[in-house]
Amino acid sequence: MKEIHTCKIQDAVSRLCMESNYYLSEDIKEGLLSSKAEEISPLGKSILQDIIDNAEVAEKRAIPICQDTGTVVVFVEIGQDVHITGDSLEEAIQNGIRKGYQEGFLRKSMVEDPLLRVNTRDNTPAIIHYSIVKGEHIKITLAPKGGGSENMSALKMLKPSDGMEGVEEFVLKTVDEAGPNACPPLIIGVGIGGNFEMAPLLAKKALLRPINQSHPKKHIKEMEDRLLLKINALGIGPQGLGGRTTALGVNIEVFPTHIASLPVAVNIGCHVTRHRTVIL
Amino acid sequence: MKKKITLPIQDEVISTLEAGDEVLLTGILYTGRDAAHKRMVETIKDNKPLPIDLRNQTIYYVGPCPAKPGEIIGSCGPTTSGRMDAYTPIILEQGLKGMIGKGERNKAVIDAIIKNKAVYFTAIGGAGALLADRVKKAEVIAYEDLGAEAIYKLYVEDFPAVVTIDAKGNNLYDTQKEKYKKILNQA
Repeated sequence: MKEIHTCKIQDAVSRLCMESNYYLSEDIKEGLLSSKAEEISPLGKSILQDIIDNAEVAEKRAIPICQDTGTVVVFVEIGQDVHITGDSLEEAIQNGIRKGYQEGFLRKSMVEDPLLRVNTRDNTPAIIHYSIVKGEHIKITLAPKGGGSENMSALKMLKPSDGMEGVEEFVLKTVDEAGPNACPPLIIGVGIGGNFEMAPLLAKKALLRPINQSHPKKHIKEMEDRLLLKINALGIGPQGLGGRTTALGVNIEVFPTHIASLPVAVNIGCHVTRHRTVIL
Repeated sequence: MKKKITLPIQDEVISTLEAGDEVLLTGILYTGRDAAHKRMVETIKDNKPLPIDLRNQTIYYVGPCPAKPGEIIGSCGPTTSGRMDAYTPIILEQGLKGMIGKGERNKAVIDAIIKNKAVYFTAIGGAGALLADRVKKAEVIAYEDLGAEAIYKLYVEDFPAVVTIDAKGNNLYDTQKEKYKKILNQA
């Protein structure tokens, strides 16, 4: 059995807060460059260049790529042969976020009550998803998510008879309605199957996969490719000011579902879709 | 060719701006987003004075990151303007002339833009680091208790934006999406 102290977890979370907000991942950088080469709108091309430059400035100066440093979503995978010592795991993660957002000069965007709306001033609480797996490690993935794109996300309980066509129609409609608000070019996370709470979680997890990695199942990969083509024919373009580059990637995750159900969730990610992982 | 505009923006300049123009703004901007708008509109409805004189001014919808030591401001890109739609017509009646944000506006806002001869600019959403470089001075001047949502007075130089809805009500989002949809579907 391996022992991991909560101090180590807190420090790792704090570091991930800063790194995920300062450094754009390589797959998105590559996506931006190749999209710029293919963009047909002159204004769209110039916007894509500004977005590329912005990521470089952020990296060089170690400042956030986007001022909306988000709600922090944390996925924690705990090996069943790990013994956590020290404080409570939950507190260690929340403290890591407090520390990371304070010391990293990141914006605090959480309000304590959704109706009374008073800022908690330390960006907690994070939304944490735990899973227990085999092994002697803890894997922490931190994915801060901005409000603009999250607000344009959607869930629909389709009928099985709606089939693939119905799924694609719903994804396209959601992206079309998101339009300029969600900061295109977008990364589209889609969750198909499960149930009412599972489909959005799948869509969120889909955003964690690099955009240059397809789903291993052939029919899902084909749907990802087809959807990307259709989305990039909508005309929305960079920042919604017209053009080809509406999305950089479409990632789909699937899960078994009930004989009566076909849940579909679309989690819209902006061009600053962030996620960073550490294994302890 | 980008047009250089001085803020506060003059009426005769607004009338020359057309949807699609790329501009560089220099001068004073006030920041304001959800919570500040809500509070300002409540103040107006209570017939009390606002903490800032909005006449001829431009509001930038932004909640900046904190500045690192020695820096003027943290990352500061635009937030989604649509959330301010419920408040904007009332704010425009106070003499506001310019707004900077990202995303679409509703019909009531577009009508109020035409009526008050104002202009809606958009900046690149998510380009917070790049835009922070254009901010030369920043101070909180009202609603400090709102944290990132407080009203800041900014002095900006060559702040890049696009005229997205002009004073005649021409809306770049509508025209460009349709134009490129057509081109992309012919190809």
